Parts: sequence; C-alpha cells; structure tokens
Amino acid sequence: MSPVLEASSENQTLVHWLRRRVPGWQRLGELLDQKRDRAGGSYAEVVELIERFRSLGRDLSLARDLMPGSSLCRELENLFLKAHESVFRRPSKLKAQLVELFRDEVPRVFHDMRATIWITVTLFLGTGLLGWLLVSFNPELASLFASEKMIEEVQRGELWTDGILNIVPSSVLSVQIMANNIMVSLFAFALGALYGLGTIYIIALNGFMLGGIFAFTAKYDLAERLFTFVVAHGVVELSVICLAGAAGIQLGNALVHPGLKTRMDAFRDAVKQAATLLPVVIVFLVGAGFIEGYVSPNDSYSLAVRAVIGVAYGILLWMVLSGRIWAWKAKSWKPQQGKR
Amino acid sequence: MATIQDELRLTSTDATAVSLPIAGLGSRSYAFLIDWHIRIVLALAWLIGAAALFGMTEGRGFWNEIFDNAGGAVFYVVIVPPVILYFLYHPILEVALKGRTPGKRAAGIRIVTLDGQTPDASALLIRNIFRLIDSLPIFYVVGLTFVLLSARQVRIGDMAAGTLLAHEKKSTRDAFARFAAPNDNGLDLATTEFVQDLLARWKTLARDKRSQIAAKLIGSQGDTLPTDLSKRAFDREMHKRLTRLVHVSRA
Repeated sequence: MSPVLEASSENQTLVHWLRRRVPGWQRLGELLDQKRDRAGGSYAEVVELIERFRSLGRDLSLARDLMPGSSLCRELENLFLKAHESVFRRPSKLKAQLVELFRDEVPRVFHDMRATIWITVTLFLGTGLLGWLLVSFNPELASLFASEKMIEEVQRGELWTDGILNIVPSSVLSVQIMANNIMVSLFAFALGALYGLGTIYIIALNGFMLGGIFAFTAKYDLAERLFTFVVAHGVVELSVICLAGAAGIQLGNALVHPGLKTRMDAFRDAVKQAATLLPVVIVFLVGAGFIEGYVSPNDSYSLAVRAVIGVAYGILLWMVLSGRIWAWKAKSWKPQQGKR
Repeated sequence: MATIQDELRLTSTDATAVSLPIAGLGSRSYAFLIDWHIRIVLALAWLIGAAALFGMTEGRGFWNEIFDNAGGAVFYVVIVPPVILYFLYHPILEVALKGRTPGKRAAGIRIVTLDGQTPDASALLIRNIFRLIDSLPIFYVVGLTFVLLSARQVRIGDMAAGTLLAHEKKSTRDAFARFAAPNDNGLDLATTEFVQDLLARWKTLARDKRSQIAAKLIGSQGDTLPTDLSKRAFDREMHKRLTRLVHVSRA
C-alpha cells in the first residue's frame, strides 16, 4: 500500500483531478488510433494531438507520484510512448526519399568513399594478377577453385558455360545468378564488421579465382572464349562486387580508426553511410543477372555486341554513382557533396 | 563483459522520462524459435504442395525430382516461393509489421530504435543483412555471443542498424475506465489496484497462495472468514468476495 495514498485530503483532491483527466486520455488514444489507420489527419486534429500529448506528460508525472507502479501508470506510459512516437516520427515519403537517395545521397557517398573504392579495386586486381601468375606457373593450383569436372572440361577444350542454356533456361539461370551475386555482395559488405578482414578475404578470393581461371583457360586457348562470355555482364558485376567490398572495408576502417567517436558510434555511422550504395548494388546486379542469363550464354551475340552491352551498362553504373545521370537530365543539377 | 543495461530510458523534450525494458537472450531466442518453426513449416508445406501439383511426388526420390526438373514453371512455382518464404520472412514481416513478427509478438517484444521509435525500413533491412554474419558459423553463435557480451544485449545487426529488442508493456485496456469509476468501496486506491491485479492474475496463481492473500485482504477489512469450507470452495468464496469488494459499490 502506498503511504502517499493514505488519507491525505490533498492527495484525494489530486486523484479526483486526475480522474477528470481520463476522457482526455481516452480522446488522445482515439486520435492515435485514427492516425495509425489513416495517414495525416486534419490540422485541428494534429494540433489537438500535440496539446494532449503535452498535458499527458504532466498527468503521467502526477500519477507516478500518487500511484507509483500502478496499472494506471503503466497505461499512461504506454499512451505516452505511442504519442511520443506519433509526434516525433519522421514523415514517411517513400517516393521523395528514393529520389533523394539516388539523386543526392548515392553520388555524395560515392564521392566520399572514392579512396576506399580505389583501394578495393586495387586489391581485386592485385589478387587477380597474383592468381593469374600462380596458376600460369602452376596449373595444378586450379584445383583450389575449380571442380574436377570443370578442370576436365577445360582440358578437353570445352568451357563449363558451353551449352548451359540446354540445361537451364535463361530465366532460371538469371534468377540463380542474381541471387548468388547479391548474396556475395551482401556478404562482402557485412563481413566488414569483422574489422574489414572478412571483406578483404572475399574480395581477394574473388580476384584470385578470376585471375586463376583466366590463366587456366588461357593454357588451353579458351581465355578468349571465356572473355567473350564474361564481358557483357562482367564489367558491372565485378565493379559492383568491388563497390560492396569498399562499403565493407569502410566498416572495418571505422572500427579500426573510430576517431573521436566511440567505436560503436563510428561503426553505426559507417554502416549508415556505406549502406547507401547497397540499393545501387542490388539494382545493377539484377540487371547483370539478366544479361548473364540471356546474353552471355547465347552464341548469337558477337563479341562486339557483348562488349557494347558491357561497356554501356558500365557507363550507366558510373553515371548513376557519380550523379552524372541527373546532370544529363537537368543541366542545373550539382552534386550536394557537402550535405550530411 | 559490459554491464548489462535492463532498460532503455527515453526522455521527452519536456523532461518526462519513460523506460522500455530491454529484451535479453531468452526472449530473443524464444521469438526466433517460433518464427523459425513458422517459416520452415510454411516453406515445406508450399514445397510439398506445389510439387504434388506438378505430379512430382511419385517415382524416384522426391528431392531429386524437384531439383532435376528445376526449370521454367517448376522453378518459379515450386522452388522460388519457399526460398523467399524462408529467407525473406524476417525482413518482409519486420518492415510490414513495424518491427514485429509473429514470434516477437508471442514473446512480447518488438524492435525499436535507440530513441524508442519504430525503426524505418532501411534500419530493418540493414539489421537483416547482418544476419549473414550473426548466424555464423551455425545456429547464430556469433549473434548470441554478442547478445551475451553487449550492454544492451544486441547482436551485430542491431549494433549496425541502431536498434534493439524491447519488451512491449502489457496494455491493460480498462485501466482508465477502472480508475475513472467512482471508488466508494472504502478501499484506498493502492488496495483497489492491488485487488484488481490479483483478480486479473487469479487463474495464473496457485490456489493455496491466492486464497491466502485474498483471506488476508478480506480479513483486514473486518470481514469474518468461513472456516467450514473445503479448499476449493474456500478459494471460490475468496474470489467472490474480492470481486464484490471492488465491484459492488460501483453498481
């Protein structure tokens, strides 16, 4: 039994006063329910909601003094939390947010991260070169990344991609490839949380495998055919995987060098910044998946056509990342690089 | 190990502070297990049902038949939906249900931001991307280790997204009405509140204990207690008297 409540006439008056507030709380509950069911509400309703929210804070303090731990306090706290969220929540404007993301945020983050992107690309190309050199001098190392079946096919003068459309239809192939590439990219990003080491491993492994496989196919005069297969989708696919890797390395860098922030805050801020690039990564990987499913395995496309598709898709990616695509649409556009 | 923080304290602009109890390892695991059962059952049900529609349940091994025929319509109808159900269950439901899933609802928890708000879609998606490492190497060992070691009992995904899991405070919908009703039963507010809580939890308490508490309360009001009743009848009588104590004067 709360000693505060024992028979003080002053408290009785306060309790009586609180009782008279109940219809106001119930009205606030109704307003919140209405707001949840339909967005917005009239101006008068919004003003009323804010006023009632303010007075609810005072009522809650009084109720806590008079009846600490009571079900009334719990219910008032619930109502307060709901109202607080409703009043302080950022308005959801999906279309405007998407436009802002692609038009302003992506170019800004791309610009801010260009050093990390270069480091990632250098790592990828460096390990690719290493893989190429190692497999060129020791072809048996191909067994590190290629299955026995693949190796036998190459030794017979065939690529594992030959006649792939006879086994799997393009639509299925596209979905499988895009799902796989999206997973690799998300892994490359998320593994940055292990102080960047996981990302470095993924990027280095992919670079090594690509260089190694080219060296191995070159030994059997299949490198040109492999290049023909890869060029249409590879430009964007590899760029985008490097981009996701750069985002992951950014996370690792924030953990290693948090600066004046706590490590947790630095990590969270780095995730928020780097994750801005993920929608671009995913959208372009979907496109690359379709190209890899429909164009790359189809022998009716010549090398020139594939090269044009690959380069054009690559230029589109660069235009989106750098924001040039918006400048092309509206000459007055300038990247908002200083905005945070 | 960081000192465990049990509550997320939120202070409004007018200095009113409210706290949300942070959910720990137990509630998290309970919610996850419920969700895992739901998605595995739904995914398997779809897989088997759709495969049966394509007449793939006879002859050679069931799985071989599905994967050997994984082309065109079979792929999109039999394989893709259960894969989506299983792998995108959390991101889709958390975004659609504003930080909740059926499992989290059952465990009485929800995802909130560090300032107690419902997280936006981007935070929820980031949280789910990091499942990839939280679930490593198996059975969420990485994630659970972080939950055990971090002050706010969060996994890497929560750290990245700036979220945590909080218990939803139980809403006693009639609390306002009960408080507003005239209270001329001779009990002070705290006792009335106590009796109401006791009645609300009556069925969840052991019979001996609840009868004992009720007898003390009724005795303190000067009522005489029956002595010639069986335990069961005494318990019923105590419930009846408590109910009368808080309700009769309101009629």
